[in-house]
Amino acid sequence: MKTIANFLSERLNVIGAWLLALLWVMPLLYAIWAATHPIEYEANFDIFAPLTTYNFTNAWSQAPFARYLLNTVMMTTMIVISQFILCTFVAFAFARFEFPFKNILFAMVLLQLLIMPDILIVENYKTIRFLGLMDTILAIGLPYMASGFGIFLLRQTFKSIPKELDDAARIDGAGVLRIIWNVYVPLSMPTFVAYGLVSISFHWNNFLWPLIITNSVETRPLTVGLSIFSMSEAGVEWATISAGTLMTTAPLFIAFLIFQRQFIASFMTAGIK
Amino acid sequence: MIKFNFKVVSIFALLFSLNSFSAKSVELEFYFPVAVGGAAASTVEELTNTYMELNPGVTIKPIYAGSYTDATTKAITAAKGGNPPPMAVLIAIDIFKFYDEDLVMPWDDILSAEEKENWVGGFYSAFMKNSQIDGVTYGIPFQRSTPVLYYNKDAFREVGLDPERPPQNWAEQLEYAQKLTKKGSDGNIERYGIRIPTKGFPSWLTSGLIYQNGGQMTNGLGTETFLDTPEVIEAVQYLVDLSEKHKVMRPGTLEWGATPKAFFEGQTAMMWTTTGNLTNVRKNAPFDFGVAMLPAGKSFGAPTGGGNFYIFKGTPADELEATKDFVKWMTAPDQAGVWTMATGYVAPRPDAWETQAMKDYVADFPPALVAKEQLAYADAEFSTYENPKTVKIFNTALENVMSGSISPADAMKQAQIDIDKILKDYR
Amino acid sequence: MNKKNNLINVFYLLVPGFILLISFTHIPAVKTLMNSFYSTAKGRRASKFVGLENYETLWQDATFWKVFSNNIIYALGVIPTSILLSLAMALWVNSKIIGRPFLRFSYFLPTVLPLIAVGNIWLFFYAPGFGLIDQIVTSLGFPSLNILGSQESSLFGVMAVGIWKEAGFYMIFYLAGLQAIPPDLKEAAMIEGANKWYIFWRITFPLLTPTTLFVSVNAVINSFRQIDHIVVMTQGGPDYASTLLLYYIYESAFVFWDTAYATTLSVVLILLLCLIAIGQFFVLDKKVHYQ
Repeated sequence: MKTIANFLSERLNVIGAWLLALLWVMPLLYAIWAATHPIEYEANFDIFAPLTTYNFTNAWSQAPFARYLLNTVMMTTMIVISQFILCTFVAFAFARFEFPFKNILFAMVLLQLLIMPDILIVENYKTIRFLGLMDTILAIGLPYMASGFGIFLLRQTFKSIPKELDDAARIDGAGVLRIIWNVYVPLSMPTFVAYGLVSISFHWNNFLWPLIITNSVETRPLTVGLSIFSMSEAGVEWATISAGTLMTTAPLFIAFLIFQRQFIASFMTAGIK
Repeated sequence: MIKFNFKVVSIFALLFSLNSFSAKSVELEFYFPVAVGGAAASTVEELTNTYMELNPGVTIKPIYAGSYTDATTKAITAAKGGNPPPMAVLIAIDIFKFYDEDLVMPWDDILSAEEKENWVGGFYSAFMKNSQIDGVTYGIPFQRSTPVLYYNKDAFREVGLDPERPPQNWAEQLEYAQKLTKKGSDGNIERYGIRIPTKGFPSWLTSGLIYQNGGQMTNGLGTETFLDTPEVIEAVQYLVDLSEKHKVMRPGTLEWGATPKAFFEGQTAMMWTTTGNLTNVRKNAPFDFGVAMLPAGKSFGAPTGGGNFYIFKGTPADELEATKDFVKWMTAPDQAGVWTMATGYVAPRPDAWETQAMKDYVADFPPALVAKEQLAYADAEFSTYENPKTVKIFNTALENVMSGSISPADAMKQAQIDIDKILKDYR
Repeated sequence: MNKKNNLINVFYLLVPGFILLISFTHIPAVKTLMNSFYSTAKGRRASKFVGLENYETLWQDATFWKVFSNNIIYALGVIPTSILLSLAMALWVNSKIIGRPFLRFSYFLPTVLPLIAVGNIWLFFYAPGFGLIDQIVTSLGFPSLNILGSQESSLFGVMAVGIWKEAGFYMIFYLAGLQAIPPDLKEAAMIEGANKWYIFWRITFPLLTPTTLFVSVNAVINSFRQIDHIVVMTQGGPDYASTLLLYYIYESAFVFWDTAYATTLSVVLILLLCLIAIGQFFVLDKKVHYQ
């Protein structure tokens, strides 16, 4: 039953949603504009301005971005997988077992939620050097792999899984690892996906720690590489930085465009919360 | 749990295989900041490769370290973590910081008397001012600069000014700026006469005004500042009057990074910025432009800026020898010329300007000479112990003056008090 | 014997994670906490025990209080706004609206753009004179704005970017939450004649409270953790007007190398986060509806 109020509110909804989207996508639109036009047009939005690929070649020549992108992907993948494994083990122990000092140990886990590795940078640097891991991708990830946030989330999820399922599996002779893999992991998929997203987003954007730890092209992630355009002395070259940003984040857009359905779909399959 | 152990072992195996050490030749790392865009990074790499071809026993690894601040952070973190690089190009004015943290070595320790006289003595004395403590050399000038005045010749012609005659002194600078300020049809100003950026690190450009007014900011030993003096206050007053009183400069704090763009877009007819922007302006200005020394107050004056080569404590003797050789080569006339032409920095030795390549370059592009000629009037950049803190106090005071919330006299007085609190421990 | 077996299992489960936790969080943290009771060590002067002196300095530091209030303003502005926006975005994207893929893409976009690069684009938007916002403002006849360059507005300029960065990210979680709501609940309500608002307030929103809890925890943590945009756009200025606590810590630790003060500030930040975290769980946990 469409009343006038309904009709108006629907139209307003559409307009509101679109306005917000346009506002949100403005930086990308500007980046495309600045990257494809000569520098004189950075601030002049003349529709008939000539197009150019110079900015892309210029940006590309300033740093090996393909390698940086690869490094970032490797680093993020490594971190997220390690987090999944380590946090699952710890969370499961807290969710399903009783043992002495359990509360103290859990408080220690929660502490990590609040203490950011960035503040502990000098100490962590010493530790990495002591382990002989300077300038490796592993070193970028190591302080983050045991994540209090992940442990907390997974414990929450594991606790909500009915114990009868464990018992059934145990009767069938399954050991701890098998129970985790066959029972808990499948039922916790939405949490893994949610947590994975949080983690990927954080590490993709991380700057200071990778800057300190990495020295060579083979390990440096994108954020450090892109910072070469953020230099303040010479004035910001918007055309170049736009071209650099576009080239290096295009794979992500495409991945998101293709996989956005999968992301959402996986939340639905398990149907919990 | 056998699966688990295997995973741990294989991870470590992978790690150690990735860390292969070749202990044959001398391997030197050096951190370098990039402050003028990416072309500088590739120039550094080219130069390093050339050196390695000429010196097969040495491997040099240039490590891009971010901005000046990032590079200092990286170097100090590494040094404090027990892993200093043999050498790094770092901002000259942090010299007292590095000295205080006992991280850097004096170059004097590895130089012979002859080298001190001919090599170190061969750099422009203006650049050595931020490179020595009590006569002992800690930094070797590499990417140094001074600010200069860029002006829009087309705009000059438009208002009847002689495009080949830039303003020579403060009075003319103001007069020209007034002529060049233009209002649009809606009553808003569409072009300002001048732009002296004041956001972020206003102290650098303001020190130009201070030197031009005959003032001194520090005692050169890093332990005392003289901000609460008439010469300094007058200089700051001149600056804020440009926007507040005479309205020839955009009010508020002005972004350094947006200044060249404002110039190109015709929103300011003159700008003060580093000579390191020369190549950028040459490439992108859509009009005829000129470069001049900063106009004189009671005299000409300008601060120096930029980065020096530092060597770090804890470096083994053979690496120090190789480092010295490399730095000598990098600052030699031919290489200094290559660096200058690629970036716009000022070649730090007089002999670098005498090579044929540089002579041709300057003949083709006279503005490159301006910064060099200004060196005769140039003086040290603001530098004291705890420099990051003291310079921030100074910068913040200037930002407050420019935003109109406090008078120059009050701001400088307060800044002097705040800095004294920090420096008194060092006297 | 079963108990011993249990303990062995627990041991193996906990050890890998805890080794990393302790090495990279607890030991360094304890070291730095201890450092807050000492003065900063310099190369030429060793640090010495000063008791609570650092905390006294902090209490009297006007800049600290300014930064502290900045964090409060920032949190109050960014957190509710980004959560509400993300909820609206999720509702729109979940409905039959035209151009859904475009909307979804635009809203999520800020998450994949590294702030260190896109911060410069925002710098362009805010630039006085030729920047996009100023071009629009002046063409409408208003005087030119210097948003990032003036004390009153720089924090808000930075907050806008913070909201822009986060809202689309939270949208994904709300989307998942929305799609997990059984459609028959809504159908039942519609059959009984409920209108859209009723359905939203009485059914949808309550069922989303677990998601809201998750999102708000993230939002609080992010409001204290996100400082990249400040590093790129304002460097905390003018005169600390846009400095947040973590940026002040970063500056004290890595620009001033006043490590003692930085660790003191860190202790304060941690305490603050603890209080907020505890508060959040107590307040919101009671209101969470589980299916």
